[in-house]
Amino acid sequence: MITLAHFIVLGAVLFCIAVAGVFINRKNVIVLLMAIELMLLAVNINFVAFSRFLGDVQGQVFVFFILTVAAAESAIGLAILTLLFRNRSTINVAEIDSMKG
Amino acid sequence: MPTFNDFLILLPEAYLTVAACVILLMDAFLKGGQRVAIHWLSIIVLLVGAWLVIDGQPATAVSGFSGMFIRDPVAEILKVFSLLTTALMFIYSRGYLRDRNINEGEYYALTLFAVIGIMVLVSAGSLVTVYLGLELLTLSSYALVALNRDSKLSSEAAIKYFVLGALASGMLLYGMSMIYGATHSLDLATILHVQNVEWRNLMLFGVVFAIVGIGFKLGAAPFHMWIPDVYQGAPTAVTIFIGTAQKIAAFGMAYRLLDSGLGAYAHEWRMMLAVLAVLSLAIGNLLAIVQTNLKRLLAYSTISHMGFLLLGLVEANPAGYSAAMFYAISYALTSAAAFGIILAMSRAGFECEEIDDFKGLNQRSPWFAFLMMLVMFSLAGVPPLFGFFGKLLVLQSAIDAGFLWLAVVGAVFAIIGLYYYLRVVKVMYFDAPVEGTDVRAQPDMPLRFVLSLNALALLALGIAWGPLFAWCQRAFGITA
Amino acid sequence: MLAEYWPVLLFIAVAIGLGIALLVIGLLAGTSRPTAEKLAPYECGFEAFEDARMKFDVRYYLIAILFIIFDLEIAFLFPWATVFSDLGVIALVEMGLFLLLLVIGFAYVWKKGALEWE
Repeated sequence: MITLAHFIVLGAVLFCIAVAGVFINRKNVIVLLMAIELMLLAVNINFVAFSRFLGDVQGQVFVFFILTVAAAESAIGLAILTLLFRNRSTINVAEIDSMKG
Repeated sequence: MPTFNDFLILLPEAYLTVAACVILLMDAFLKGGQRVAIHWLSIIVLLVGAWLVIDGQPATAVSGFSGMFIRDPVAEILKVFSLLTTALMFIYSRGYLRDRNINEGEYYALTLFAVIGIMVLVSAGSLVTVYLGLELLTLSSYALVALNRDSKLSSEAAIKYFVLGALASGMLLYGMSMIYGATHSLDLATILHVQNVEWRNLMLFGVVFAIVGIGFKLGAAPFHMWIPDVYQGAPTAVTIFIGTAQKIAAFGMAYRLLDSGLGAYAHEWRMMLAVLAVLSLAIGNLLAIVQTNLKRLLAYSTISHMGFLLLGLVEANPAGYSAAMFYAISYALTSAAAFGIILAMSRAGFECEEIDDFKGLNQRSPWFAFLMMLVMFSLAGVPPLFGFFGKLLVLQSAIDAGFLWLAVVGAVFAIIGLYYYLRVVKVMYFDAPVEGTDVRAQPDMPLRFVLSLNALALLALGIAWGPLFAWCQRAFGITA
Repeated sequence: MLAEYWPVLLFIAVAIGLGIALLVIGLLAGTSRPTAEKLAPYECGFEAFEDARMKFDVRYYLIAILFIIFDLEIAFLFPWATVFSDLGVIALVEMGLFLLLLVIGFAYVWKKGALEWE
């Protein structure tokens, strides 16, 4: 029997992997975008699970909004990324450091 | 089921959406000389929007769309001041954008969409509206920061802002999902009144994550990493937006989430906010001292000001909120003037953002040196300027609520902060101008006039701060 | 009172621990005996034509970005369609407004030349 707790743990694990992905990744900005997307998906799992087990449909409606906003977010992320590549010819995270102080 | 009445409550937002779409299309279809119209139309749109907000304001709080959207006096004040500071920013930015070949139409349209986001955010009555308003605001801001397409710094600032901002939104959302799970509701008013939460730990998780999200958006330490780089890297015409209207929005978001939604957990979150406040005051003020870039200095100064704003929120009572709102407004108007002066002094190929660029400004342009002095004194909190009363009221409310130690910390750091603001004044008045440079304001008459008004208003509102504060107090139900 | 935050601390510890553990386990437990064959990219059984890390034309990205945005409108259209008959005329107007906003965006994209391939 799969209970609510299973889904919450799954959401938490995905969320942790996503956060670790943002902080540990030093190579590629695209991987950062993927980690952010994963994070939102973890949240979606939480919402859908709560919605299902609480018998309340609002949570699933929120998921629709999160999905569309996530799409807009990744579109802007990709756009900024291409801009960055055009200006600097690299998308290596470690090399993005021209401002200090 | 939504009715026609619901849309009436939404009138200012609906109007601005239509206007923003019209400006977007004008950008695509107008040619050459006709494009000047976009600039003036955008300013008029904002002013009419502010008028609609005030004029249609119902006497008491009303809500529409099943409580998702709330129109109350708090939202009214926050909306009016975000619209006004954005109008100021449009006036200041025109020459800057033209000199750098930044697409003006995109700038105005994106900013208008961001302002709609702010208006939805500060009127939010449900977690969904908070999220949608916030994302409309931040997504537009990411694009705005990257607007100077040929600048390396601009695109680098944009990617940093994007990654950290998206991370913060993710955290906030995760917290929202916990709150939803614990209270079975997305509606803030319902969340506030849920008794005996089933899973108290789940709820506390939610509160912690919500605080992280709010801390990020405010730019409070230790979630301030993005502020300095974004302030410096973004075109100044965009930095001014992040420093003014966005701060008002962040206050509105904090108030909606923490008080309207999580008010029952005030005991828990006020201690977290107190920690954020002390860290922001310390990090902001101490790191600002070593900066040589004025935009970066103002970034660290923002962090310290957010510390003061949090001092007002920590009280978790109407007196504290009204002081914090007054503070947010005073900070927004002051920083609008500060960035306005940087914009006025910049010209094609010259950014005028190093403190050294202001050396001997008094000999070249005494009026602007005087205005800059007013702004710096207001930021530092020198009486009788606007910023002084903001600080005074926040500290006062902290003492009244029994947070004497916080007030003492605030006062100590306010005095430390005095040093770096005075350094800018000293450079303008007592240093000789750098040889071979020519720093003077643009000959743009509307800019000069409005900027002067803006800076002088800091003095006027400092002397006559009573009515504005009374307005803020009334919004939170305090009758003097 | 602080004891109530124990789960939060635990969560942070698990988050950091899990992140590190996954990397370390992969490093230690995985046998790594690379050969030229193993490292070669797999392309449906063929010999690889060219390096998979070739640069895409930036125009693909532009199309992809636009696709993501306009693709997602369907997420709202489907649930709307299932309950449309219960909602009445106001829902029709609302969806009309939503689509109108998309059309304005489309007109902007078209006029700005983002859809031109050449």
